[in-house]
Amino acid sequence: MAYLLGIFLAIVAFWMGNSGHYTPLMLGFAALSVVLTLVLSARLKIIDREGAPYVRLAGLAAYYPWLLLEIAKSNWVVIKACLRADLDISPALVKVKTTCKTDLAKVTFANSITLTPGTVTVEIEGDKLLVHGLYEANTVPEAFEEMDRRCARAADPAGSAA
Amino acid sequence: MTFAALVAILIGMCLLLLRALIGPTMYDRVLAVNSFGTKTVLVLGLLGYVMGRPDFLDIAILYTLINFVSTIAILKFFRYRSFQVPLVRRTDAASRAGDGNA
Amino acid sequence: MPDILTLLGDTWTTVRYPLGGATCLLGALLCIVGTIGVLRFPDFYTRLHAASITDTSGAFLVLLGMALMAPHWLVLVKLFCMLGFLVLTSATSSHALANAAHTAGLQPKIGPVGQAGHEDHEEAGH
Repeated sequence: MAYLLGIFLAIVAFWMGNSGHYTPLMLGFAALSVVLTLVLSARLKIIDREGAPYVRLAGLAAYYPWLLLEIAKSNWVVIKACLRADLDISPALVKVKTTCKTDLAKVTFANSITLTPGTVTVEIEGDKLLVHGLYEANTVPEAFEEMDRRCARAADPAGSAA
Repeated sequence: MTFAALVAILIGMCLLLLRALIGPTMYDRVLAVNSFGTKTVLVLGLLGYVMGRPDFLDIAILYTLINFVSTIAILKFFRYRSFQVPLVRRTDAASRAGDGNA
Repeated sequence: MPDILTLLGDTWTTVRYPLGGATCLLGALLCIVGTIGVLRFPDFYTRLHAASITDTSGAFLVLLGMALMAPHWLVLVKLFCMLGFLVLTSATSSHALANAAHTAGLQPKIGPVGQAGHEDHEEAGH
């Protein structure tokens, strides 16, 4: 029930933020569409812990500024690689082991790797990630340790964090 | 200056079309089209500002989501050659892919 | 004290349009840089990295510039939604592309590319 309430609040906030028309007719349509969306989500069975991840919100909010900084740093590297006169890159493919336990933490970690330019997660098998990197020197398993630790702290349940 | 940004992104889109045309593999083309879609979103937003109608942002939000869904749909279609295959859990998908490639 | 606040407010209203325009322009130039990378890089996986410049920093800067020029708070909400969707979907579709290419058997080029004296030693990924 709490998950349903969470999704309901998120959808209502989304509608309020996108509409700007608050006449009774429009609000009636809004109620109709919100109920329809909730019925559809119930039919899809996505009203669960992942559908309303409010518990992890604080951890993720603390994680994103750090991720933004990492993205800015690696952006600079890739921009230089794009604009150099000679194409000086050495792609590499490495296996990275993650300590993340839950699916949400793994997805956060893999998406963070993909989001930082210069590294892309190609495949996930269990707790091993196949990562393709633009520079061999930057794509070593040690380079992802801090991100892995922060992801585990942000998205894993508090008990199982390393 | 907003207009200059708009023109710059449009130039980028034209260059991307080049990659979509010459891309050796299908994945290069899908990548180009996906990136093209991201740029389209940005162009829609900037166009709204240039024309003084920020309502265009609604269309841009919609386009963000459609772009994602279309990329996934294209990839799924070219992997299974059908939209009727359910995307099932990992182990089944792996064995299914193995069967498909054999 | 109120004087300083009104002064700050006035400065902000005069400065935010040029600042937003400049940020948009910077983001647009980064989009072009990403496109140049997509055109130049030798194989599919490296092009993926170049495309992710457009998706992250280019889109972020353009959206930030638009947010600086926002005429209404609703526009801010919409831009924030767009940023959230872009961040989530671009990473996911990049991964989906890479995974699809890898599953289909497209082998990445490994090792130094484009340097004189180095040959592409074909190390299969695994």
